[in-house]
Amino acid sequence: MKHRTFFWFFLPTGLAMLLFIAAPIVSVVLQSVFAPHEPVLITAQTCTPFSCTEETTIDQEATRALREAKPLGRFVGLDIYFNRGHLATAEVAEAWRTSDNLTAFFHELGDLPFYRAMAFTLTYTFTVTPLLIIIGMAIALAVNTLAQKLKGVVIFFSLLPMIVTPLVGSLIMFWMIDNRGVLGNFLSWLVSDPDLSVKASTGLMWISLIVYGIWHSAPFAFVVFYAGLQTLPEDQIEAAQIDGASRWQQVRYIVVPHLMPLVTFVALIQLMDNFRVFEPIVGFNAAAHATSLSWIIFNDLGGETRQLSAAAATSVMTIIGVAILLSPVLVRTWRDFKGKM
Amino acid sequence: MYLKTLSTAGALAVLMTTASFAGGHGCSIEARVSIVGNEFPAIQSVGAGAQECSGAEVTTNLTADHQQINVAGMSGNPAEYTSAIIANSSIVALMNEDVIRPLDDLVAKYGEGLAPNQLVTINGQVMAVAFMANAQHLVYRSDVLEQVGLDVPATYEEMLEAAEAIRAAGIMENPVGGAYAAGWNLAQEFNNMFLGYGGQFFVEGSAEPTVNSDAGVKTLEMMKALSEYMNPDFLTHDSNATNAEYRAGNVALMNMWGSRAATLVEADGVPQEVVDGFAIAAPMTVGGGDIPASTLWWDGWTVAKNISDAEAEATFIAMMNGISPARMENEDIRTLAVWLIPGYEPTPAAVGVFAAAEMGTIPYPMLPYMGLMHTALGNELADFMQGNESAEQALADVEAAYTAAAREQGYLQ
Repeated sequence: MKHRTFFWFFLPTGLAMLLFIAAPIVSVVLQSVFAPHEPVLITAQTCTPFSCTEETTIDQEATRALREAKPLGRFVGLDIYFNRGHLATAEVAEAWRTSDNLTAFFHELGDLPFYRAMAFTLTYTFTVTPLLIIIGMAIALAVNTLAQKLKGVVIFFSLLPMIVTPLVGSLIMFWMIDNRGVLGNFLSWLVSDPDLSVKASTGLMWISLIVYGIWHSAPFAFVVFYAGLQTLPEDQIEAAQIDGASRWQQVRYIVVPHLMPLVTFVALIQLMDNFRVFEPIVGFNAAAHATSLSWIIFNDLGGETRQLSAAAATSVMTIIGVAILLSPVLVRTWRDFKGKM
Repeated sequence: MYLKTLSTAGALAVLMTTASFAGGHGCSIEARVSIVGNEFPAIQSVGAGAQECSGAEVTTNLTADHQQINVAGMSGNPAEYTSAIIANSSIVALMNEDVIRPLDDLVAKYGEGLAPNQLVTINGQVMAVAFMANAQHLVYRSDVLEQVGLDVPATYEEMLEAAEAIRAAGIMENPVGGAYAAGWNLAQEFNNMFLGYGGQFFVEGSAEPTVNSDAGVKTLEMMKALSEYMNPDFLTHDSNATNAEYRAGNVALMNMWGSRAATLVEADGVPQEVVDGFAIAAPMTVGGGDIPASTLWWDGWTVAKNISDAEAEATFIAMMNGISPARMENEDIRTLAVWLIPGYEPTPAAVGVFAAAEMGTIPYPMLPYMGLMHTALGNELADFMQGNESAEQALADVEAAYTAAAREQGYLQ
């Protein structure tokens, strides 16, 4: 395509990307290096229905003047990125100095919100993603062998977990694993421990979240792989059958290599999605056991006092995290592109 | 009775959203009114009262997530919401962001009939009109206490004894209920107990935190002791889930909001023994102190700053109609809360909150940085409650988390 043609072809998309992707990112980066002005505090008489007392309060006039003079706030550079709520460099260095061994060091690290969130997020991402690919593939292969009449119904039911809104799906499972719920009760009967509580145990809660994650995302992998299966090279399969390849050998040497680009695609999308795990943590009320970067952003914005700068810094870190996760694939795409030039 | 109130409120709400409402009780307005606020029966009734006004549209958005939308919805110019219904904790965020207006001129013009103590005055300016008081206090099962032959606990130590007796008698496995869900609820229970032990959140006149203290450690130890008698899922139980446990007959003793206690057993399907045994009492003290381990709250409404004067006037008139003394003649509305409205006669449901006020319960602090402390407590205490770390470590974490947030917001250097 000529450069000129390409330019006009790409312009509308480019403008939309600039407006809806680039501009918000710039705004978030900007917000993360500015913090609110130091409010001017005064002691003033505060009367409530119960009593009149001298209370510290914000001097509205003076603070407004500060805000109007510099609407962005005060420039703090990367301070917020390094504070305890984020990378916590000082605390990590301190923990490294005072810990006798690695176990103690990691225990200290688990006390810091960012590292606690990363521990869960990475475990979640790297267990859910491979498992959902394997399960999605298995479902696709199984459905592909079904009689034509059954396929429609089975595909519909296999897609249900993805159709159900994540928050609703996780709430349903939350009630099922309650110690009076179906699954919770069954589990405690299974191990004959009436006090077993999935919601009170960090390990079991992580497993529940991971199981939920797989349940919710496997249909996506299934749909993609199923579509891929429709393009299987028949002649190769037939040739393999004539050569006496077993079903497993056919899958291993023909089907999987054929679907490999799709596996990369699903892995890419799911790595991104799982790294931003959020709804199940809210739905499962699991914040005591598992947090994620997205949950931290939500929590910073939802408190009694909004912490916009903290939330913005965590957002930027999420973007960087996703970029790091995807870097192997991005590097390969770049190399392919260079190769073609 | 509860169902009736609810269905009336529901019917009103439907009417309001579908068509403009005609023929209010002489309340007419000339500009739009849009209300955001929390969702419980008393506030719903205020919203319904405001919607009785005719002449312009009155919309309400009453949701448990009101705090996450009210600042954003009032920051624009013109603001989306013309009024936010808030409490002593949440007015601070609106003050900090400078999105509500002083009401002095409107009070002078249209505020006839307001009692002086309804006016929340900060630095000489009326910033909110309060309409109800609230506090957490004891809700218990009189039949269960009778069975074990114990008096109504007046202290948390007695509550522990009663819990042990109930468990030992085999009546309930986990007789204590508590809204200990990690986050806002857990932090609030800490606040209650901490004030009961005489704790100070901050160095006097400064934003420097002082929760990592003797009182803090004692508070956490008491909370931990109580949690031994709670459903093991307690870190996921907010006040709704705790109430459900009580209604199901699984809980005999709990510290619960007055605004929810009034209608607690009026839901469908509550077993008869729970309905009969339902009783409320004063908030408990702890550690030999005489100030209850609870906090005192008021709920009130504000008027947005970034709206036209006509809209502010209409909002004030409509909200005044929502809290008019005439509404206190309605028995169903009267029982919903401890109203601060002239003409309110206390109902039996108000005993707990009144006792809280009489015993000198400390109001929830209205300090600009208290919200940051609340968030830090909510995030950092769950680790201790699960037995992963010591009380001192948990409190040190709280102070560190709070300090980072307070530095960012400019309260600490």
